[in-house]
Order: sequence, then structure tokens, then C-alpha cells
Amino acid sequence: MIHLSEEKRIDGRAADELRPITAKAGVVPRADGSAYFKIGKTEAYAAVYGPRNLFPRFLQDPEKGILRCRYNMMPFSGMGERVRPGGSRRSKEISMVTKKALLPVLDLQDFPNAVVDVFIELSQTDAGSRCAGICAAAIALADAGLSMKDLPVAVAVGKINDRIIADLNYDEEATEGEVADIPVTVLLRTGEITLLQMDGEVTKEQLMDALKMLKKVVPKIQKAQKDALKEKFKTFVENEEAR
Amino acid sequence: MEEDFKEQVKRALSEGIRFDGRKLLDFRKLEVETGIIETAEGSSRVKLGDTEILCGIKLEVGTPYPDTPSEGTISVNAELLPLSSPEFESGPPGEEATEVARVVDRGIREAKTLDFKKLCIEEGKKAWIVNIDLCTINNAGNLIDASGIAALAALKNARMPEFDGEKVDYKKKTNKKLPLTRLPLPCTVIKIGDKFLVDPSSEEETVTEARLTVAVTEKNTLCALQKGGDYPITEKDVSSMVDIAIETTGKLREMLKEKLKE
Repeated sequence: MIHLSEEKRIDGRAADELRPITAKAGVVPRADGSAYFKIGKTEAYAAVYGPRNLFPRFLQDPEKGILRCRYNMMPFSGMGERVRPGGSRRSKEISMVTKKALLPVLDLQDFPNAVVDVFIELSQTDAGSRCAGICAAAIALADAGLSMKDLPVAVAVGKINDRIIADLNYDEEATEGEVADIPVTVLLRTGEITLLQMDGEVTKEQLMDALKMLKKVVPKIQKAQKDALKEKFKTFVENEEAR
Repeated sequence: MEEDFKEQVKRALSEGIRFDGRKLLDFRKLEVETGIIETAEGSSRVKLGDTEILCGIKLEVGTPYPDTPSEGTISVNAELLPLSSPEFESGPPGEEATEVARVVDRGIREAKTLDFKKLCIEEGKKAWIVNIDLCTINNAGNLIDASGIAALAALKNARMPEFDGEKVDYKKKTNKKLPLTRLPLPCTVIKIGDKFLVDPSSEEETVTEARLTVAVTEKNTLCALQKGGDYPITEKDVSSMVDIAIETTGKLREMLKEKLKE
């Protein structure tokens, strides 16, 4: 059973309440597809370039196109000191798991020797940045017109002491006591999970409860993602009609 | 192909026409927002047509340089993010990013925009370092001017964090502003054929023969120069380009005054 106490969280939210979301598609005119995704104070931009030629040639795969992802924090996006540019072990790992979170929805068979580049930039962060980046990247891939099996949705679930909660913010992650943070990416069509990580300590029951709560909240995020795409193409259609 | 495009641009310019319909000395629409990034001590978003740049100020306490023990300093860094253009690649800053950062740095430093002495906390031991980071969201040309405007707007917006003598508490911003004394603005003048134009688009940049960036103070003195492009310029060109820069920055300054009122 999910323990849903009435008690409010640090920022006044209910246990399964997400922070406010803003999503936009087509924010980088030079890119083939792009998006902006903000949840609470965590703010991500994503741009997709490609499929485009991949050089040097030895990186190419003659069977199918390849996907590259880069997660990066802007120098002023951290809660404390300046983040030194140039990447870290953390950003390398997040780039890798982001790629694996997105890859299962893409069909790159049609693009042998080509590359699809996904660039994710965080302009400000308050926990949940890899998930915000993946949500933005999913919108950007769709905006780029790539065929996708689903629109991936990402959010963290977790627990503070014995309480299961969704979409942890920084103050919650930093709470004294038993905290677990579980970022997840899910494909709603099939219920499959493409990213699953955890910091902290939980029982198996708590993990399964957290995943149950995840199922409940992700449709809200996907609605924001889809609305962003509809909004962009609505104005696109209107402009075409106006001609 | 490029030669053809250049000929087309030149022919159009000789009739005073630019591809986006602007006159030679027209800036694109300038939008400035400040205080948009909560994790930064100061921030701005500048849009110049489709060019978009974020600037964030992070303050830290460091040791003053031995030759200026009673002064703090600034550090300007530009990230030409691969997100913002198909031409930009991941990796350490290249020539272009380094040039943008250094030209913006020079404009601010040489005009004595910030009173470095007031950034000193304890002579020879502690002083504020003002990190100015510029990140491109979309590159549609003229990154230097957009960056210079963004840096100035973010500096004006910045508030000092609390410092107890040991540690900076980034969660607590004070009401204290940075010691700003001047407002230098850069203007990059482009030369294609025998025509001069300002605020180039990325297409115009690809056929630029020479350019001159001039940072101008509110007293119309010049506080930084940078010549770019593969072609040489004459003394007469310099004179014309500086005139254009002074006139343009004058207009920009008027526009910014409205936008940066607090």
C-alpha cells in the first residue's frame, strides 16, 4: 500500500504532486528539433540535429544511424558555486543513461552511417535535472520529425523516511534522514522502463510503491509534452493557412 | 556556391537591400529580460532577432592577484553551445568562443565598468571574482554584440550573496549591487564590398570581408577594438566604422535604458 499521509511537503505539495511544468517546442530555430522543459525551478533546453553525416567515418555504422547525447549544466545553473565548464564524470554518466533512455523509441535503421545528436543544456537546476533533460529531449526528437514508438517521460520518485513522494526538489534530496531518489524514464504505451537509477536505501516494497506512484503522475507530464508539440504545430498550420 | 551567394549579397547591398529586408544600419529587434535564472547572482536573456543568449553571473571569493592586491576581478567565458548551431561542436572553447569572451571582457575591463577596488574584501587575501558566463541558445549571427549587451544587463541585475568572512552563502542574496560605474556597449560593423552594415545575420557573417568591433562608453569614447575578417581595412574605413559604431551604440543605449530600469 502506498502510504499517502496528508502532511504537506517542504514546499507545500502533496506526496504525489508534481511541481508546475512549462513545456515549449521549437525554441532553437537553427536546430532540426528543439524544446524547453521547466519543472519547478529546474529548467532544460534540448536541441536535436540530424540525421546528419557522421565524421570521422570510422564512427559510422553501415547498418543503422547512431544516437549521441550530451547532458551539460550551464556554469551558472548550480545551487551553489559556479559549475566549471568542460563536463564532469557526473555529466558523462548522465549523457550515457540519457542516450539509453531515448534509444528504444527511435528507429534508426533508415539512417545508416548517419548520426542524430541530442544536446541538453540545463540553465538552472533544483534537482531532477536529468529527468527534465530527457523530457525536453523527447519533445525535441518529435519536433525534429523523427519516427518514434513513444514519447518518453521522465521524473524522479523516492522517499523521505517512510514516505513515498514524486518529483523531489533539492531541499527534499538534502533532507536529514533516510532519503532515496529514483529517477525513472517510462514508455507509457507499454509501461516499459528505459532509465532507472537510485541514490539512497529502500525496501523492495518501497521501490514497487514508488513505481506505482510514478505510473500515476507520468500521464500529467506527457500531456504537457504533447501540448507543447500541438501548440507549435498549431501556430505552424495557422501560418501556412494565412499564406 | 559560396562565391555565388556572396555576389548576390553584394549586388543586393549595392542597392541598399539586405536579405531580411533591413536597411544597412538597422539592428534587429532587441529583447532583454533580466533576473531569469534563480541559481545565478545576476542573469539576463538577450534576443537579437533569432539570436538568443543567456548570461549568468556567479560570484566567488578568491585571492587577489599579487600585482593588484587591493582589487577583485572579472572573468568572462563564452560557451558556444552545440545546441545553438549546427556549426558548433562539443569540446573546449574554440577560437570563436575565445574571441567573443575576450572582446566582451576587454570592453568591460578597459572602460572600468566595475570598480575593482570595491570588490576587494581584505587586501592581499580576499576579493570578489565576478564570473560572467555567456551561453548561446540560438546563433543567428552577431554573437559579440548580443554577448556584450547580455553581460551588461546581467551585471546590472546582480546582487551580492552573503559572505561571513569564511564562506559564501549562495542561498542568501543581499540587496547589495555590484559597483558599476560605466556602461560600455559593443557594436560590430561589417564590411562587404564597399558597404558597411551592423548586426549581421549568420548568412551575412559567412560572406563578411572585414569587421570591426568597437566598444563605446556613454561619453562616446572607445574602450575596446577588435578587427576581424580576412580582408584588410583602410584608415578611411576605420573612421567610417567608428562613426557608425558610435551612432549605433547611442541608439542601443537609449533602448537599453528603458529596458534596464529597475
